[in-house]
Amino acid sequence: MSADLTAALVDQVRHAADHKTPLRIVGGDTKAFHGRHSAGDRLDMRGHHGVLHYDPTELVITARAGTPLTEIDSVLAEHGQMLPFDPPRFDDGGTLGGAVAAGLAGPGRPWRGAPRDLVLGVKLLDGHGQVHRFGGEVMKNVAGYDVARLMAGALGTLGVLLDISIKVLPHPPAERTLILEADREQALHTLRALAGKPAPLAGACHLEDRLYLHLSGNASGVQAWEQQIGGEHGDGENFWDRLRDHRLAFFHQQAPLYRLSLPPATDCHDFDANALLDWGGAQRWLYTDMTDAQLREAVAAHQGHVTLFRGGDRQGEVFQPLDPVTLRFHQGLKARFDPQGIYNPGRMYADF
Amino acid sequence: MIDPDIPAPADLQLRQRLAKRFRQLTDPAFVLTEPGELAPYECDGLSAYRRRPLIVVLPATVTEVQAIVRVCRDLGVPVIARGAGTGLSGGALPREDAVLLSLARFNQILDLDVSNCRARVQPGVRNLAISEAARPFGLYYAPDPSSQIACSIGGNVAENAGGVHCLKYGLTTHNLLALTVVTIDGELITIGGGGYDAPGYDLLALMTGSEGMLGIVVEVTVKLLPIPERAQVALASFDDIAQAGNAVAAVIAAGIIPAGLEMMDNPAIRAAEDFAHAGYPTDAAAILLCEVDGSNAEVSEDIKRVREVLLAAGATEVHTARDDTERALFWAGRKSAFPAVGRLSPDYYCMDGTIPRRHLAKVLKDIDRLSDQYGLAVANVFHAGDGNLHPLILFDANKPGELEKAEAFGGRILELSVAVGGTITGEHGVGMEKINQMCLQFPPETLGVFHTIKTVFDPHGLLNPGKAIPTLNRCAEFGAMRVHAGALPFPELERF
Repeated sequence: MSADLTAALVDQVRHAADHKTPLRIVGGDTKAFHGRHSAGDRLDMRGHHGVLHYDPTELVITARAGTPLTEIDSVLAEHGQMLPFDPPRFDDGGTLGGAVAAGLAGPGRPWRGAPRDLVLGVKLLDGHGQVHRFGGEVMKNVAGYDVARLMAGALGTLGVLLDISIKVLPHPPAERTLILEADREQALHTLRALAGKPAPLAGACHLEDRLYLHLSGNASGVQAWEQQIGGEHGDGENFWDRLRDHRLAFFHQQAPLYRLSLPPATDCHDFDANALLDWGGAQRWLYTDMTDAQLREAVAAHQGHVTLFRGGDRQGEVFQPLDPVTLRFHQGLKARFDPQGIYNPGRMYADF
Repeated sequence: MIDPDIPAPADLQLRQRLAKRFRQLTDPAFVLTEPGELAPYECDGLSAYRRRPLIVVLPATVTEVQAIVRVCRDLGVPVIARGAGTGLSGGALPREDAVLLSLARFNQILDLDVSNCRARVQPGVRNLAISEAARPFGLYYAPDPSSQIACSIGGNVAENAGGVHCLKYGLTTHNLLALTVVTIDGELITIGGGGYDAPGYDLLALMTGSEGMLGIVVEVTVKLLPIPERAQVALASFDDIAQAGNAVAAVIAAGIIPAGLEMMDNPAIRAAEDFAHAGYPTDAAAILLCEVDGSNAEVSEDIKRVREVLLAAGATEVHTARDDTERALFWAGRKSAFPAVGRLSPDYYCMDGTIPRRHLAKVLKDIDRLSDQYGLAVANVFHAGDGNLHPLILFDANKPGELEKAEAFGGRILELSVAVGGTITGEHGVGMEKINQMCLQFPPETLGVFHTIKTVFDPHGLLNPGKAIPTLNRCAEFGAMRVHAGALPFPELERF
């Protein structure tokens, strides 16, 4: 199964660069709905596949980008370890490369990190058709600019991720889901109080007058905090997986789905009273009648930003527009990594 | 055009011209031009490297920084930002043709937002001062470089500083939410945001650790974490250093992520014990300090397992600190390792390579061999959890040739780190010190990518020129000095 397609990918990219042919980089094609619409010839990553190096005691796995997440998960599970960032699985077949390029993280993100926190190194195919290695397999590495982390969440617009080294963690021996009856105000209050305490949290979500808390750690720690916090026991894995993969009934609505990123304690019920609160309040999912512009302005006033996550107009801007200076830096980076503009053009912003 | 490698001699007319402009922009008392005033800024924490700045300016407000940077851009004069000057790689080393911009007066904590577990601070605020201010609210700032009592958060951002708790709590880059940055054009931008992410590319990751090459950080928003209820440390002794390395792997294989996991070899143990009387076994080949933290119940369970695992892995003795006093004492020994080694020798040179931990025994053996070859003693202090090795090379700068020998020895250790798949710097940064070794870690085309990233942010190369990323010319010269096995790196470049 394992195969190194680097040479073929380099050929395809050089050919595309010579002819200025746009490419659509595709792994498992499970997140095509995400980002702006981008047309191009398919650059299929699934064949570039295989775990290259994994030593459980170094807490690092290196795999080719096309390796399915399910395969990574099972390799890690054999040694009681896991990918800490809980990549959302919107469909079957998602790959490691797609997960890192999308930069999305599941419910544990505030405590366990996002792809940008866990990526230690990448092998990158740039828009010149040249292969570079940034970072490595070690936790601490400050030689050169941190290009590996820059690639996490860049939606493939700066280059093709070929291999990725990512930090892994032991699977905690004990887990518990607690459910507390709480309206939104009570939930925000409880979350604020908990954020300042050393509770072994790995998830905190408020939905329909219920606050769900995920405790995760060693047995003694989980038990002690379970007693301290109280509430009912929930069906742990099931709820958090359905939240992570957007399979809860909440996500089945037909309207466009917005993602709000905010300081966690923000109280803005004037416009997000019906939102699902995830990440202890720092990530909120919302269906709304407001226009994109109204919502962005309202959220920006609270130091947050908005993504039109699913549905709606995928030709328009789906991410919060950048200020002119930041946009200039984005365009500059794009021009240098991908001078012919072949990689996922327009996927992130219309300008590049 | 600025030559990144060779600063131009001080231009006295330019100095006067800059002084006049700066004195209109900021308090004239904070524009320094006299030799006696400039001298304290000649070096940072790497005092072997010294240069006199053309002029030093200490602005007090963001608007002043913007105006000063614009003057520099208009006149084509380089600008080097400096925090507390504790850096160990010469990142803030001045140039005779450059303005040294000190952020020392930016020393205010602007907002302690307890509800959102974050603090907005000015870059000159000391690392430890953040945790001290947050302590009454049960919060702290996690990264704790050993210089935390003196180093500033702005410098921490520039170097992506680490510390002894990185394995569990990450580096500076994992503990930032936002930066306010002055660009070389004097514009002010916010990178990052109020939540955990921001739209667009992760410029926060790119800026962190960029050593003042991309912009000047004038405000930092850091994450604060709840102070663990309890921390407990075990001190384990080993007869054999390779066994100590295996014990580290065993702890991690047991599913425990210690808050701190430090190793010291025998010379470091003896020096530290002599200095701090920490109760270290001076006959051990190596010791491990393994700390776990969290809630009371969690720590009780983990420390018991740590003890079992360490004994099973061949520790001759495992001593768990009886109380907080003894715990502090165990750590005092580790934290005093550098000054303690400093007492053994007139000078020491601290290296900072990171290696995949499985190669530890081999790397230490090779260091031992090099130690004999160069005739210089070494003590090893190791952030064992994350593979970050700090060999301390002992030398006497007053003996002719010893500094050069120590530098050459250090260079070889860095090459060794790269050869086993590690890196030349884990947390101290490249700065001026390791600029040549960058040529070993990265091929010219990748250095080219770094250079083009810089031009996006700093088209005329005015921000801290010559640091962190070597010019290809420099690499060619460095390569010419050390040809390995007949293979010339950078064959496409002319030699001179």
